[in-house]
Amino acid sequence: MCTDTIINRHLFQGKYGLLNMDEQKIIQVEQLKYEYPQSDGHLALNNLSVSINAGEWVAIIGHNGSGKSTFAKSLNGLLDLQSGSVMIDDLPLALDTVWSIRKKIGMVFQNPDNQFVGATVEDDVAFGLENQGVPRPEMIERVQEAVKRVGMLDYLKREPSRLSGGQKQRVALAGIIAQQPEILILDEATSMLDPKGREEVLATIHKLKQETNMTVLSITHDIDEAASADRIIILDNGQVYDQGTPADIFAYGQRLLDLGLDVPYPEKLKAALNKLQIEMPTDYLTTERMVDYLWTLHSKM
Amino acid sequence: MNKLILGRYIPGDSILHRMDPRAKLLASFYYIGIIFLARTWQAYALLLVFTLVLIGISKIKLDFFIKGVKPLLWLILFTVLLQIFFTRGGHVYWQWGFLSLTQYGLINGAYIFMRFVLIIFMSTLLTLTTPPLSLADAIESILKPLKVVHFPVYEVALMLSIALRFVPTLMDETTKIMDAQRARGVDFGEGNLFQQMKAIVPILIPLFVSSFNRADDLATAMEARGYQGGEGRSKYRILKWRTKDTVAFILMGLLTIALIFLR
Amino acid sequence: MDITFQNVSYTYQPGTPFQGVGLQDINVTIPSGSYTALIGHTGSGKSTLLQHLNALLKPTSGVVKIGTREITPETNNKHLKAIRQKVGMVFQFPESQLFESTVQKDIAFGPQNFGVPIDEALARAKEMIELVGLPANVIDKSPFDLSGGQMRRVAIAGVLAMQPEVLVLDEPTAGLDPVGRREMMGLFEKLHIEQGMTIVMVTHQMDDVANYADNVIVLEHGRLAKTGSPREIFADPDWLTEKQLGLPTTTQFAQALSRRGFIFDQVPLTEHELAALLAEQLPKKAGRAHE
Repeated sequence: MCTDTIINRHLFQGKYGLLNMDEQKIIQVEQLKYEYPQSDGHLALNNLSVSINAGEWVAIIGHNGSGKSTFAKSLNGLLDLQSGSVMIDDLPLALDTVWSIRKKIGMVFQNPDNQFVGATVEDDVAFGLENQGVPRPEMIERVQEAVKRVGMLDYLKREPSRLSGGQKQRVALAGIIAQQPEILILDEATSMLDPKGREEVLATIHKLKQETNMTVLSITHDIDEAASADRIIILDNGQVYDQGTPADIFAYGQRLLDLGLDVPYPEKLKAALNKLQIEMPTDYLTTERMVDYLWTLHSKM
Repeated sequence: MNKLILGRYIPGDSILHRMDPRAKLLASFYYIGIIFLARTWQAYALLLVFTLVLIGISKIKLDFFIKGVKPLLWLILFTVLLQIFFTRGGHVYWQWGFLSLTQYGLINGAYIFMRFVLIIFMSTLLTLTTPPLSLADAIESILKPLKVVHFPVYEVALMLSIALRFVPTLMDETTKIMDAQRARGVDFGEGNLFQQMKAIVPILIPLFVSSFNRADDLATAMEARGYQGGEGRSKYRILKWRTKDTVAFILMGLLTIALIFLR
Repeated sequence: MDITFQNVSYTYQPGTPFQGVGLQDINVTIPSGSYTALIGHTGSGKSTLLQHLNALLKPTSGVVKIGTREITPETNNKHLKAIRQKVGMVFQFPESQLFESTVQKDIAFGPQNFGVPIDEALARAKEMIELVGLPANVIDKSPFDLSGGQMRRVAIAGVLAMQPEVLVLDEPTAGLDPVGRREMMGLFEKLHIEQGMTIVMVTHQMDDVANYADNVIVLEHGRLAKTGSPREIFADPDWLTEKQLGLPTTTQFAQALSRRGFIFDQVPLTEHELAALLAEQLPKKAGRAHE
């Protein structure tokens, strides 16, 4: 299969998703419960129920220990749930479906070093394809194409020790592109990178999202990263605390601090201005809208 | 660590670099075997010339090979001296108790020295012209027949390649942990043996812990990417046996015949 | 205790094919009692410079003066302990240096190496647990049973227990969640203000530089690119943008406001500064304007 048809497949799904936004649920989990061994009864996931539409970009935020990563790992059977049901692309997660489901989900983890299996860039990108038994000629084509898409073609034969963190994460993304999954899960994929690496990786993800309309589930602490999502889900104590558009969620303002989260900059400034008796609206303003608002206010003076 | 030349690949484009790693591995072992056929100085001269020509073909500086001998210098000297002083026969130049310096002793000493140098040069040549990963591939390919007796050839090869891939990572980690403990007042390489042994604990434990964490993460990542054992996997990396690899074995055959004639 | 670099250069593995320049002709002072931020891209020489601060590395040429001690290329590797005690160093992801069976023992490890009797070292460990904001009941736990953020605190407590005059931190908040980050930065600010500890911090977060530092060193390709107060450094946003080092969010926001027509006579560094500058140019809430 060449990549053009892959893109088309995803585009088609995307259009279909738009037409039937409500029916086309690609991830549906209900009543998830999970307790880590030796955690004295603390539930990492506590009756968590969530559904995510095909083609949607969802950011999951919450302080450490809120259950974000546990949730991600429960989706493709990387841990055994105590109870609850997981449905991925109309396939219920079970022993006999787990490998088909893993094919549908690509995951990028936090530590760039600890997910690099291959001895070189091309070997690593090929790893997932080898696991699926993809014939070699097709594998070579798909590896080339995927590496090209993340802008790492000049590094095909490089060893991981000679790559930056950002480059390693881009290779991890290439591995996922080569596998052509429906869902991309980013488990704090940029948290260990320097600003330059983070920018590279985020740009690559945005590009991918545009080209393939994959469903993206991004677990993050970075409030700016969350701002580009269609929907934000706040997890707390293994449950959904709230969900909504970034504007809905950011309107929490300073209350985000109590949830162990960051406050977006316009909200910080708003709080500081409020203290100085400047009239500010209660709903969330993006940077641009905030600048407009302040300028209008200035003109009234 | 940097002194250890054995096992360090030097990228290049010589015919030796481009040979099939299986051919190189087997030919090197074969060559080390036939070194023991040499019994005369003519035979050793032939082997030395042959080795030097190969080194010339590899386009790698002779320095690297001489450096490869250095770490083993004491072992070589010890063995050579044993040969020199304990071999009897021929003209006796000097004697003191059970020690003697004889004609045969000197000759044997020289031969042993030559053997060491030849073996080290050849194995260094193998590792300098072959990336470790290719060697792992070669080992996998050579061991393949063992699948019949249910030997997990594929798993062993994957283990080997992952181990190789993590060598630089763990080296970095070791340096980092050592620096961190030095900053906390640990002196490495100072004090008596007991103190030095004790100083290793604060490196080893963190290194173990982090390796286990890495292994755990890696296993999760591999599973997420659909790894379920060697069964049903295809291979991205394949080896190709070419004419030049066959030629290498013909050369080895000719060399064997020459050595037998020179006995 | 000032730390001064005089014409310091450092070359990695000199005389081998792997030779590389780490630092080139660095002249800079880290004043006693300062909160110095060290910024620059990965590979700019930040880590190399850091390791000169407690003589883990010696310059290839030049002199590093640490208090009264002078470190030159000829300095003997022995007897450097006094320096390592005075300059405490917290590496990146310091939780990876933990090894003892209990939190208390691990924190006491450093002081003991510097000759502090075991009883006193353990007592110090107890104090440090409180200082870094760990719950008291972790004292007898294995450090490996703690959460990642707690492990990092233990590692920092282990360095603080050495009672250093200078605390060197290499990206201490990397990988922490927002709460962890805020608390961690709060701890360093407290040490700086209450104990007058000199802080040297490598960071990529320009907001942290703006909020906490009083002295900034910018490195580029192993050379000193700029040094000065945060206000001096951020006064030239174009230069920082060109070097791709980023700006504090407030400064970026102020730039957007300037483009719209607002005028600021100085570069605001924190949201409170910006709010104060804006308040002068905005009408107050109705009913309170006359107060």
